[in-house]
Amino acid sequence: MKKFSKLSSVLALGAAVCVGSATAAEPLTVVSWGGAYTKSQRMAYSDPFTAKTGIKIVDEDKSGNGLAGLRAQTEAGNVTWDVLDILEGDAILACDEGIAQELDYEKDLNPGADGTPVMEDFIEGSLSGCYVPTIVYATLFSFNDKAFPGEKPKTIADVFDVKKFPGKRAFEKKPDANLEWALAADGVPYDEVYDVLGTPEGVERAFAKLDTIKDSIIWWDAGAQPPQLLADGEVAIASAYNGRIFNAQVVENQPFTIIWDGQVYELDGYIIPKGAPHKKAAMDYLRFATDTQRLADQTKYISYGPARKSSAPLVDSHAETGVKMAPHMPTTPVNFKTPIKKDAEFWADNGDELRQRFNAWLVQ
Amino acid sequence: MMANTVEAEGQLTPDEQKRLTSDMHRSLRRKKFRALFLVAPLLIFIMVTFVSPIATMLFRSIDNPQVSEYMPNTTAALADWDGDNNELPDEATYAALVEDLVVGRKNHTIGKAATRLNYEKSQMRSLLTGTARKAGRLKPPYKDQLIKINKGWGDIDNWRVIKRESKPYTASYYIAAFDMETTPEGEIKMLPENQRVYLKMLWRTVWMSVVITLLTLLLGYPVSYLLASLPMRVANTLMILVLLPFWTSLLVRTSSWIALLQGQGVINDILVWFGLVNDESRLSMIYNATGTVIAMTHILLPFMILPLYSVMKTIPPSYMRAARSLGATPFTAFVKVYLPQSVPGISAGAILVFILAIGYYITPALVGGQTGQFIGNMIAYHMQSSLNWGLAAALGVVLLALVLGIYALYSRLFGGNNQMTLR
Repeated sequence: MKKFSKLSSVLALGAAVCVGSATAAEPLTVVSWGGAYTKSQRMAYSDPFTAKTGIKIVDEDKSGNGLAGLRAQTEAGNVTWDVLDILEGDAILACDEGIAQELDYEKDLNPGADGTPVMEDFIEGSLSGCYVPTIVYATLFSFNDKAFPGEKPKTIADVFDVKKFPGKRAFEKKPDANLEWALAADGVPYDEVYDVLGTPEGVERAFAKLDTIKDSIIWWDAGAQPPQLLADGEVAIASAYNGRIFNAQVVENQPFTIIWDGQVYELDGYIIPKGAPHKKAAMDYLRFATDTQRLADQTKYISYGPARKSSAPLVDSHAETGVKMAPHMPTTPVNFKTPIKKDAEFWADNGDELRQRFNAWLVQ
Repeated sequence: MMANTVEAEGQLTPDEQKRLTSDMHRSLRRKKFRALFLVAPLLIFIMVTFVSPIATMLFRSIDNPQVSEYMPNTTAALADWDGDNNELPDEATYAALVEDLVVGRKNHTIGKAATRLNYEKSQMRSLLTGTARKAGRLKPPYKDQLIKINKGWGDIDNWRVIKRESKPYTASYYIAAFDMETTPEGEIKMLPENQRVYLKMLWRTVWMSVVITLLTLLLGYPVSYLLASLPMRVANTLMILVLLPFWTSLLVRTSSWIALLQGQGVINDILVWFGLVNDESRLSMIYNATGTVIAMTHILLPFMILPLYSVMKTIPPSYMRAARSLGATPFTAFVKVYLPQSVPGISAGAILVFILAIGYYITPALVGGQTGQFIGNMIAYHMQSSLNWGLAAALGVVLLALVLGIYALYSRLFGGNNQMTLR
């Protein structure tokens, strides 16, 4: 008897929960990169969105395998993500494969706060059909000041010069950006790296240059590793995402210096998966999160540049430390003198072969 | 009831005999059915979580629907073309291609065919998707216009790739998994030395797993011997020291090794402090093969100790005493009497550790650097990053075949032996 009453109360509770969730607005699943980055999105986009609409946001830290996850969900016919934060190259692939929602930009997004039409407000060429970029981030080199008491490295070529600037290097374990840098260090003008890398001789040249410092390289996989390696003194110079270095410099007071030369910048932003369970709410979120003010707000929490031109004048200071953000932005003119724009199309086309080549090179 | 009773001296009539056999069969069947019913949950569980994923993996490594499904007209048009005399396909094929591209762009399926072809040859992706964007505006004849849009359409090798991959099943994932390639002429040959990955990785995985297995045996044997020969109460306390790390999260144990072994880590600091190592030339014990071997040996050690211990526990200590009393030295007594009896434990522990090691990937990924990576890391890489699931499946099948082969060898060598020595 006791068992029965227990069972029935559990059933009743279950029924009550079901009824309850059916009436309230269902939460929206937003997939992103986790850590400080998801936190910045929560502060700037998600919490204000919940306050405005009453729709709760559930964060999932799965963007590291975003495209793989979306493909698997689509193949299984059970898409559970509503909004997916993804890099530009993967977004292009997702759009081509028909697993991302196509957007009508002028209709689906708000124009700039200063009245700039959508298509002119976002970074040129970035609105490629399904994709809405939110930030510009850079992969760049920085060093621990303690490692170089005298002369400091200033260029990509210096990073590859282990005689002049001794010490281990930390590189991300993929060919992206590393091959560009190898060519840049070998004297290829920054705006021609992809022309050279597109030829078999260029690929040989890039690997030959990487070979010269192969023994000094420690490879990292996760964005949190390079600041750690630098702080521990494991390496003297590390490639890293600029937001991570900013965090170490400003919040953790680490003596790191960024080399603002040849930083490879790319876009990160949102797509709506085709078959998203709450499409309408997801579209509302997309419109809200990518408007001028929200993109500017995000810079209070992390040092990535807003992808809208109209957001730039609204960039203010860091919420936690009060540091002015502009000097830390990868898009600020003084930092933006000699960047390399990551060619997402190039990597979508040649990535399979170059990654195979890179893996083979690592094994040797 | 009466008919079934068999009298000792009485003969059964053929009719009774028939009834008896059928009754026996029925009761046997019922028993079998009941047994099957009892194991059914397990059977279903194994089918769903084990057999069907492996079957799917086997299938995916040869499955090749993208081109034939999403470019049906081109596939049909290319059926009679072989490119033997270096001639491009005819106008009808180009027209079929345009039709496929227009439909594929509308349905967003061309990207899937493009991604598939890009695995075989770089630039194929943009050749298809780029042309698809413009294909809707074209009017016949198409051939020259397409070549003008992208000169890739005038390259006979691209057509050969499309033709080759338009079959519904492919061997190309296996070709890639064995570091080989198909030339445009259709020949299969090894990749140049500096582009080979998987065979090297596989070989490294095998020999490092052997090293790890030997190390766990070397470290685990004395520990198990100690545990087996101590009084129960002390042994149980010591057993906790073996089991505690066994119950601790794998990630925690791996991360602790990073803290211990890294250049600025505990061990190096101590060595420098004692002046055994120069501050500039600290040992690199992690982010290389050494790191993987040390961390994995530690993590897999309990899998060696537990089977060894359970076997050693059954060896009566009196055997050793008997050998000694008959004049054997301690060493001879150990080699001739104890060791042979512990062989089942050694072989069970070794195969357990070896098979676990060969499929490992979390620990190598964290502490392996570039020289301590396993084939499992390549499979994970193709599952999660490069998204070439066909190749990941083919590599998985190769690994599975290798493990099954080693297991077959093991059971031939030790399979019969086991029971004999246990008795």
